[in-house]
Amino acid sequence: MSALPAVQPSRPLLSVVDLHVYLGQSHVLQGVSFDVADGGVTALLGRNGVGKTTTIRAILGLVGRQGRIVYGGDEIQSLATHKIARREIGYVPEDRDVFAGLTVDENLKLAERDAEPRYDLVYELFPELRERGKQRTGTLSGGQQQMLAIARALLNDNRLLLVDEPTKGLAPRLVTEVARVLERVAELATILLVEQNLGVVRKLARDAVVLDQGRVVHAGSAPAFLGQPELVRRLLSVSVA
Amino acid sequence: MSTFVLLTITGFGLAAMYFLIASGLSLIYGLMGVLNFAHGLFLTVGAYSTWWFGTHLTGLGNVTVRYLVSALIGLCVGALFATLVELLLIRPLYRRHIEQVLVTVGLGLAGTALVQAIWGQDSRPFVTPKWMNETTTVLGAHVPNDRWVEIGAAAAVLVGLETFLRRTRYGLIVRAGVENRAMVTALGIDVRRAFTLVFAIGGVAAALAGALSNVYFGSVTPERGTSLLIFAFIVVVIGGLGSITGSALAALLVGVTQQYANYYGATSLHLGSSIGDITVILLLGLILLVRPQGLSGRLA
Repeated sequence: MSALPAVQPSRPLLSVVDLHVYLGQSHVLQGVSFDVADGGVTALLGRNGVGKTTTIRAILGLVGRQGRIVYGGDEIQSLATHKIARREIGYVPEDRDVFAGLTVDENLKLAERDAEPRYDLVYELFPELRERGKQRTGTLSGGQQQMLAIARALLNDNRLLLVDEPTKGLAPRLVTEVARVLERVAELATILLVEQNLGVVRKLARDAVVLDQGRVVHAGSAPAFLGQPELVRRLLSVSVA
Repeated sequence: MSTFVLLTITGFGLAAMYFLIASGLSLIYGLMGVLNFAHGLFLTVGAYSTWWFGTHLTGLGNVTVRYLVSALIGLCVGALFATLVELLLIRPLYRRHIEQVLVTVGLGLAGTALVQAIWGQDSRPFVTPKWMNETTTVLGAHVPNDRWVEIGAAAAVLVGLETFLRRTRYGLIVRAGVENRAMVTALGIDVRRAFTLVFAIGGVAAALAGALSNVYFGSVTPERGTSLLIFAFIVVVIGGLGSITGSALAALLVGVTQQYANYYGATSLHLGSSIGDITVILLLGLILLVRPQGLSGRLA
């Protein structure tokens, strides 16, 4: 594992320690360990199929896993998913996973957890969701569904957001819009971001963790990592402009 | 004309019975992915509770009051039984679908055998309120009054379930859970409570079908739950899994088709009484070929 100077100003908000996940016969995560600093954006990077989404799902307990997950000083790996989420963890899944048969309003209402859900913030960031409140979510465009998926996580005062490929499949204009929203959200909560678009990572991330074949192969400062084109090409198989 | 009217209305009565069983079955599968082969036992529990309490609560005045009180107790017993089944047998086997099927099949068989062991294999006559045995004339057809009660009960359950699903937070959780259970839990919602609630609701609806089936058939038998469960499964598949309105439409289609086929098959084509059952199977095959996702558009 190559190491660059990491920016870890305080005790990590989230520590993943020796995480293993088996899906069928596949040993998908093979002892993944990394920290997420409190505040800012930590990018979880890697080629397709290296276990980024599985890592996010394992943190939430959506897949069976072994290892330790320490969040806010407490071990949470033995908790049920709903109890983990109630510890102020929001989730924006890779495929949005909005409820297509429910309206936009119903999707948001379902996500309400706090006594005073932050509808003002949600509608300030996504005014379109207010206008489309009665519309069935299945009839929204991909971009609108992504906005709803993010809005659902913002509705509550979450301390950590697990955001999985929020710009996947979106038009360039919407990618810029989502990045702008996440930049604003990063002021309110810590974000663990899975993202393939390195432009977005460069704009948002302070730290970067890189996975390869189910293992962490790099962890450190995101700008420093992206400043090494050869390393980026080797670990992510993409060229950095 | 009067025959057609009679067949249609009695077909609706049969459909009501199917819907009461299928609605719970459909919700349970839609939300939890559990093929509950013990669901017929919920009907049997409701039927026998209604019969047993109706027989023993002799101090309650006339037959109608006794029937209403014993049916109400039957619904409570059905809800309690279904809740215990979910908590004790289904919950420990969460996500283990094969084991769930084996357990529910086993429970259905064992439960029926237990009822036979206690009260015997033969059917027992059921004392029906007088009004329900009488008929009402509609367009020349003399329709047994109990059919109106069955249709009214099913309509009330349909409206009640739709109201629950559309107007309450738990209903919202169930509707969302039918689509994507994992995402509901990721929102911080304990979906297991919804599981238990849905099982209890299914137990009440099936027990209601049991209490009504006692009047419909004029007797109580151990195997009725099992035999009606087969048609309820057909209704669920035709209606689309997890859809209450789909189940209601499918129940109407199956109930009325079965009545028409039974009567016209016997009188016009001189076929045996099982022609109605065969027709329903053919209808199922046709729907699966033409619209495999069912009437409401939800695939197995």
